[in-house]
Order: sequence, then C-alpha cells, then structure tokens
Amino acid sequence: MKVFQNRRSWVWPYVLFLVLLVVLPLVLIGVYAFTDAQGHFTVMNFVQFFNKSEAVNTFIYSIAIALITTIICLVLGYPAAYIMAMRSFRTPQVMAMLFILPMWINFLLRTIATVELFHMFNLPLGEGALLFGMSYDFLPFMIYPIYNTLQKMDLSLLEAARDLGANRMQTFIKVVLPLSLPGIYSGIVMVFMPTVSTFAISELLTHNKITLFGSLIQRSFGEGGIAMWNYGAALSLIMLVIIGATSFFGQDDTAADNQKGGLL
Amino acid sequence: MNNNAVKNNIERRDLLSRVAGQTYLWLLLVVLYAPILLIIIFSFTKSKVFGNWTGFTFGLYENLLTGYDTASQVRVDPNLYRAMFYTAVIAVIAALLSTLLGTLAAIGIYNLRQRTRRAVTFLNSVPMINPDIITGISLFLLFVFLGISRGLLTVVIAHVVFCTPYVVLSVMPRLTKMNPNIYEAALDLGATPAQALRKVLVPELWPGMVSGFILSLTLSIDDFGVTFFTKGSNGLETLSTFIYADARKGGLTPELRPLFSLIFLTILVLLVIMNIRSMRQAKKAGR
Repeated sequence: MKVFQNRRSWVWPYVLFLVLLVVLPLVLIGVYAFTDAQGHFTVMNFVQFFNKSEAVNTFIYSIAIALITTIICLVLGYPAAYIMAMRSFRTPQVMAMLFILPMWINFLLRTIATVELFHMFNLPLGEGALLFGMSYDFLPFMIYPIYNTLQKMDLSLLEAARDLGANRMQTFIKVVLPLSLPGIYSGIVMVFMPTVSTFAISELLTHNKITLFGSLIQRSFGEGGIAMWNYGAALSLIMLVIIGATSFFGQDDTAADNQKGGLL
Repeated sequence: MNNNAVKNNIERRDLLSRVAGQTYLWLLLVVLYAPILLIIIFSFTKSKVFGNWTGFTFGLYENLLTGYDTASQVRVDPNLYRAMFYTAVIAVIAALLSTLLGTLAAIGIYNLRQRTRRAVTFLNSVPMINPDIITGISLFLLFVFLGISRGLLTVVIAHVVFCTPYVVLSVMPRLTKMNPNIYEAALDLGATPAQALRKVLVPELWPGMVSGFILSLTLSIDDFGVTFFTKGSNGLETLSTFIYADARKGGLTPELRPLFSLIFLTILVLLVIMNIRSMRQAKKAGR
C-alpha cells in the first residue's frame, strides 16, 4: 500500500498546471478589473459600468432572458423527462438517446439551423427567435439530468403513496417532485450558466439587433483595443459573481455526469 | 412488488394519458429535429441561398470532397479545409495531453489524504463550472500578461485546461473500483514499478482513459468560446470559429450543409454502436 501511495506525488504537475492556468488567470481578471490602463488601483471600471444605464440595462436584460429560457426549458423538459421515466416505452433508451443526440452537435451549427428555419418561414429575427433558439439549444441539458434522477427513483414509492390514499396530484407533489429536485437543480444550472454568458448565439439569432451581457464583454476585448480590457475584466468579474452564486445551486460533481448526456 | 409490475399497473389505469404523453414526446422531437433535418434536406440541392430548392443533386457533396465546383469553376473556400484540419489537429493533441495529465492526476488525487484531496478536487471542478467566455478571457489575459503570442500552441493549452478535469472524473471511478493490492502484488512478484504501471495499473484504468479521451475529443471539437479568445489574429480558425465568422458575414458557405449532414450521421452511428455495446454489457453483467 505504501508504494502505491508514493504515487501521491503524481498529482503535483496537475496542481501546478491548475494554479498556473486556472487560478492565476482568474486572479488576473480581478487585477485587471481593479486597475486602469497604467496599472494603478481604481474602481472606475465598475463606476463606469453602473453609470452607463445602457450597460446596466443589458445586464438585467441578459439575466431576464437567461431566466426565461431556463423556465421555458424546465416547463417543456420536465414533462418530457417524466413521461420517459414513467411510461414504459418499448425502447426507453432509444427515446432518451434521441433527446440527447442534439447535445453532440456543435451549438453554432444548431443555432444557424434555427436561423435558417426562421428565414424559411419568413419569421423575423429578434427576441422571439432568441428565446426559441436558446431554448432549442439547451432543452436537452434540462431533460437529461431530470430524466436521470427520475429514472433512478424507486417506483414502488408511487404505489405506496397511492395505497396510503394519495391521489395523482398529491403523489406527484409530495413524492415525485421532491425526489427529482437534484435533477431540476442541475438542469437549471446547466441551462442558466451558458445562456447568461453566451455571446455568439444571441448575435446570430438576432442579427446583432439585441446585445447581451456576453457580447458586451466580448466587444471590450475585441474592437475596443487595449483601452477597454480593464473595463471588460470588470464586466467579467461581475459575470463570475453571477456564475459563482448559481453554482452553489447544483452540486458540481453532477456536471461531468451530465456533460454529453453521460453517454460515455 | 417489482418496478415493472407497478409500471404496468399504472399504465393500465390510464391509457389515454399514455397516448397523450407519447404524442407530446414525439411533437417535442419533431421541433427539436426540424432544423437539423432541414439542413440535411437542403444539402441535396445546390442553391447558394438556404431554403431555395433547385432540384435534387449530390453536387455539394462532390464540391466538398473535391474542393472545386465544376459547374461554376469556383474553388470551395480553402479556409474551410484549413479549419477542418486545425480542428482535428487541436482535438487530437489536446485529447492526448489531457488523457495523460488527467490519468496521472487521478492516480495522485486518489492517494492524497482527505483534506488535500478535497482541495484538489475542488480546484479540478473550477474549469468545469466556468463558462467558456470566462475561461477564454482569463487565459487571454494570462497569455497577454506573460507575453506569449496567441496561436496554435495557446489554443491547445486552453483546450487541455477545460478537457483534463473530465478525464480525471472518468478515470477516478476505475481507481476506486480497483483493488489496490494488485499493484502491490505485482511489485512483490518482482515487477519493477514501471512494469507494474504498464501491466497492472494502465489495463485497469484503460476504459476510463478511453472515455476521457473521447469526451475530450468531442469537447475540443465543439468548443467555440475558449478558442475564440485564445486563437489570436493570425488567421488560425477552427470549424467553430470559421462557421461563426462565416455566419456573421451573412451567407453560410453552402458546402457546410453536406459537412454538417456527414458529421451528424457519423455521430448518430457512433452513438448507436456505443449504446448497443453498453446495453449488451449491462445484460451480461445482469446474468
């Protein structure tokens, strides 16, 4: 056992790697956010953000869009996951796979496909297209974790609830829903996080008509040149706070299970 | 009472809601697949503008394969092929490096004491939680800070950053399931540590390493956000960034339609094979 434990040291290259390429870069975001272009300490980047009503509005609007997308996905996805887990399809795995398959296709291609769909039916690109496209892109990420928890549920619990006199509604609210909460949480995290931080999807789906917070950040590092980096870093830090708060919601170890529908 | 009997019971009680449920699922699937099917359908017509059917032809597939349109005598955008090439190169190198680093890290983490282990596991989860825009910008700032010019190398490094945590998590379950004494036994029976590693440890961890490798490949090929911020402006493009630039310019290169269809088909076949295999294994284990 002792010899094997010497393998402990094998972790250090990776720890060094993580410190250099994950921790240090995140610290740099903080450093840039609190300095000006000359490297002096300042809070002006944040003041600049909160004074620009346009930027604050974009921020609030992005969170609203992400929330609405998450709610749409939950409302559409929960029944789907529930039906798949409860009804015995002859081939439940095939059904689940059909829902997971789109997760494996590049989201830009899926987004462009949606844009083309709107073009074909002469529908305008804008807020509606944005909500439809994002829900379409991320619906599988909501269905999979919920399906996963529901599927593991012991179905005799339902029988027990019925035997004890609960009706369908009561059984659902008192038994099924509480048991599926972990799946709901990770579904919410997996939909909310990418939608609140996206910049490419919104640009393509609205033909740049609608700017989301992610685009605001991206532009600070693109067209604006070096002068905008500190401001962009401040915006990134604000985004990080949102992400940090959201990630408390779901357990982080489920993220890996749900990536690509856990098909590997 | 077993689960199946309960299931049947519930089902018999309510055939109507079952039909309604199935209808709902199929409707959802139709909506989910409509855009994908559209692209596949329109990959068999040659119109420049999407949604304009000009007759069935394999023309676009031909163009994609030959790189040349015989009808209009125009070459297919060479940048598309360069993007495909770099996507593959980056994915393979990043996945190999991630698998190596992640496997070593998993063995190390497994042998750590509780408290250090928890700290490293948390650190390992940070790149998975971070949205790609944050990972991209933070690495962008790092490379600027260190004065490293951005290009192929920085993109590969960035991809290793977000792939390795998944390898660690794929290998870890194999380690916990493994009997640690067999490694010890190999050493007692005269194997050198290197031999014990090659003949005992690696075969035990192999399935986890393979799934970590494949997951890394797909994550790398799929990535847009991190690549966007770390590729620099020297014309390096992957398929994702190429599509993004192409779509922003307005018209999508028509040859992307057959390419998309082929990718979709490949993934479909791969997933079906993998699932049939895992179902068979599950059946075997059940016996």
